[in-house]
Amino acid sequence: MQRSDYILRKVFFALVTLAGVIVFNFFLFRILPGDPVKGLIHSPRMTQEAQDRIRAQFGLDKPVWFNLAELKAGNIGEAFDTQFFAYLRNLFHGNLGISFSTRLDVGEVLAQRVWRTVILLALGQVIAIVIGILLGIIASWRRGSRMDTSILLWGLFTWSMPTFFFGIILLILARGKLPTGMMVTPGLKPSDGWTYWLDVGRHLVLPTITLAILYTGEYLLIMRSSIIEVLSEDYILTAKAKGLNTFQILRDHGLKNAMLPMITLIALTLGFTVGGAIQVETVFSWPGIGRMMYDAVGKQDFPLLQGAFLLLAISVILANLIADLLYSVLDPRVKPD
Amino acid sequence: MDLKYIWSAFRRKPMAIIGTIMLLTVVVAAIFAPLIAPYDPNQRVQVQPSDILAPPDAQHLLGRDDAGKDVLSQLIYGARISLLVGFVSSFVSMFIGTSVGMIAGYYGGRTSNTLMRFTDFLMVIPDLPLMLVIISVWGRGLWKIILVISVLYWTYTARLVRSQVLSVKERSFVLRAKALGASNLRIITRHIFPQVMPIILAQAVLDISASIIAESSLSFLGLGDPTLVSWGMMLNFAFSRAISRMAWWFLLPPGFAIVFVSLAVILIGTALEEIVNPRLKTHHLFDARKMVALLGVRLPPPEPEVELAIPE
Repeated sequence: MQRSDYILRKVFFALVTLAGVIVFNFFLFRILPGDPVKGLIHSPRMTQEAQDRIRAQFGLDKPVWFNLAELKAGNIGEAFDTQFFAYLRNLFHGNLGISFSTRLDVGEVLAQRVWRTVILLALGQVIAIVIGILLGIIASWRRGSRMDTSILLWGLFTWSMPTFFFGIILLILARGKLPTGMMVTPGLKPSDGWTYWLDVGRHLVLPTITLAILYTGEYLLIMRSSIIEVLSEDYILTAKAKGLNTFQILRDHGLKNAMLPMITLIALTLGFTVGGAIQVETVFSWPGIGRMMYDAVGKQDFPLLQGAFLLLAISVILANLIADLLYSVLDPRVKPD
Repeated sequence: MDLKYIWSAFRRKPMAIIGTIMLLTVVVAAIFAPLIAPYDPNQRVQVQPSDILAPPDAQHLLGRDDAGKDVLSQLIYGARISLLVGFVSSFVSMFIGTSVGMIAGYYGGRTSNTLMRFTDFLMVIPDLPLMLVIISVWGRGLWKIILVISVLYWTYTARLVRSQVLSVKERSFVLRAKALGASNLRIITRHIFPQVMPIILAQAVLDISASIIAESSLSFLGLGDPTLVSWGMMLNFAFSRAISRMAWWFLLPPGFAIVFVSLAVILIGTALEEIVNPRLKTHHLFDARKMVALLGVRLPPPEPEVELAIPE
C-alpha cells in the first residue's frame, strides 16, 4: 500500500467522523424531548412574549434543517437560514453558546479548564504506558510462571475496578497525608511562583496515581497478549532455530512487532481514558473538563455538556488520526512513495 | 469445537471455577434478596438522629446510610440491578455485534465497508462522555441506561466476529454447502454461526463486566435511575454525603460488590477466551514440547521432573 493512499484514507475517515460527531451533537440536543429554552427560563412567570424573544435571540424560532419553502421560491440564501446552519456558523467561529447556570461563554470556560485535564491525562497515561509495557513484557516472557500469574491477576483486578471507586479508596487511604481535592490550596496565586506550582503538583499526585495504576493493568494485558500472539508466529520459530537467544528474539523480533498494535490501541483506549478522567476529576474535585461535566449534569447545563462532549470527541478523533499516521511511518508494510 | 469440549476444558481451569462460584453467589443473592436481606430497603423507617450513618453493630452488620437505612440490605438488593444491566446489555450488544459482524464478514464488499466504517465511527467516540450527554438530555431511567450501553458496546464484538467469519467462510464445508445450493441465510445460521459461537460467547461474558461498570459509573456521576438503589447510586450518595464523616461501611461495600461481580465474569470470560482462541495456545519461545510437536517429531510423554532439552 502506498503511504499517500493510506494517509489520504485515514484523513478522510477522520473528517467524516468529525462531521458525524458535529451533526450528532446538533441532533441530540434538538430532537430528543426537552425544550432548550426551558432550561434558560427559570421563572415560570415570564411572559410568552419574553420567551419568544429569547427563542428568537437563540435562533430557535427558525426551521431545524432546511427552509424548503424559501428554497422553492428560489431564495437560496434564505433556505440555509436555519438552526442547523446557524449552529455550524457559530461552531466555526468558536462560539459554543452560553452556559445556562453561570451565563459564561462556553468556549472560554472550556479553554480555561482544558489544560488541567490535559496535564492530568498526559501524566497518568505516560506512567501507565511505561509501567504497563514493562510488566506486559515480563509477564509474556515468563508465561505460565507464578510471576506471570500474579501480574495477570493484577491486570484483571484493575480491569474489574471502576475508576471512580479506586479513586475513593486512594482518597480514604491518603486523607491527611496528601491534598484530596481542588487544584491548589486556597489563597495561593500563580504569582507566588514555586510555592504555587509545588502545591499544584501535590494536588496532582492522587488523581494521577489513580489513573496511572488503573490503566497500567489495561496496557499490560494488551502488551502481554500482543507479545504472546507475536511469539506464536513462525518467524519466531525460525529465529529460535537460527540459534538466537531469548533476549535477542524478544528484542529484535518480538517487541518490534508487538509494539505496532500498541500504538493503535493506545489511541483507541484514549476514548476510554477520557471517561476515566471524568471520574477521577469528580472524586478529587480537580477543576478540569471532567469535573465541569459532572457539575453540568447536576445543573442540567446543556450548552456546557454539549461543548465539553464536542471538545473531548474531537480530541480523541485527532489523537487517533495522529496514531494512524505514526503507524504508517513505523510499519514497513505501508510503503513510502 | 462443541459445547461439550468447552465445558470439559472449562472445568479444569481453576480461574473459571472460582469465577463461576463468585458469580453464582451474586446470582443467588439477587434472586433470594427478600429472604436474605435483613430489612426491606423500600420500607419507611423511623429514624433517630443517632441512626444516621451509624457504624456497624449486631442489628446492622454494615451500619446505616445517610437516611438511617440498613446498608447490607441495600447492597443485597443492588445485586439485582447490576446483574440485570450486565446480562441484558451484554445480550443485546452481542446480538447487534454478531449480526453486524456476520453480515459484514459474509457479504464483504461495499456492505462490509459501510458497516465497518460505522463501527469504527462508534469506536472512536469516547463512551462515557457520550453516555453522559445522552442520558442527561434524554432523562434518567434504568431501561434508558441499558439501551444506551447496548447500542454503544457492540463494536468490538462486530470486529471480532467479522474477522472470524472471513476465515470460516472459505472453509471447505461452507463452499460445499454453497455448491449444493444452500441459501445465504442457511449458510450463515447453520454453518458459520456454530463455528463462531464460542468466541462470541467469551466476548459476551466479558461484556457483562463492561456493562456493569458503565452503569455504576453513570450512577456514580448522578445519572442513575432515581427510583432504584444500585451500587453506583449508593456510592453516589455515600460519596456526596458520607465522605466527610468517613463512613467506610457505607462507602466501601458497594464498590467492592461491583469489583466482585465484574471480577467474577472477567475470570470466566478470560478462561473461555483461552479455551476458544487457539492463537493464545501456541507460544514458540518457551514451551519446548510444543515446538517439537510443530516440527513433527514424536516424543514420548514427558516424565515428571525431566526437562526436555532443545539444543541451543
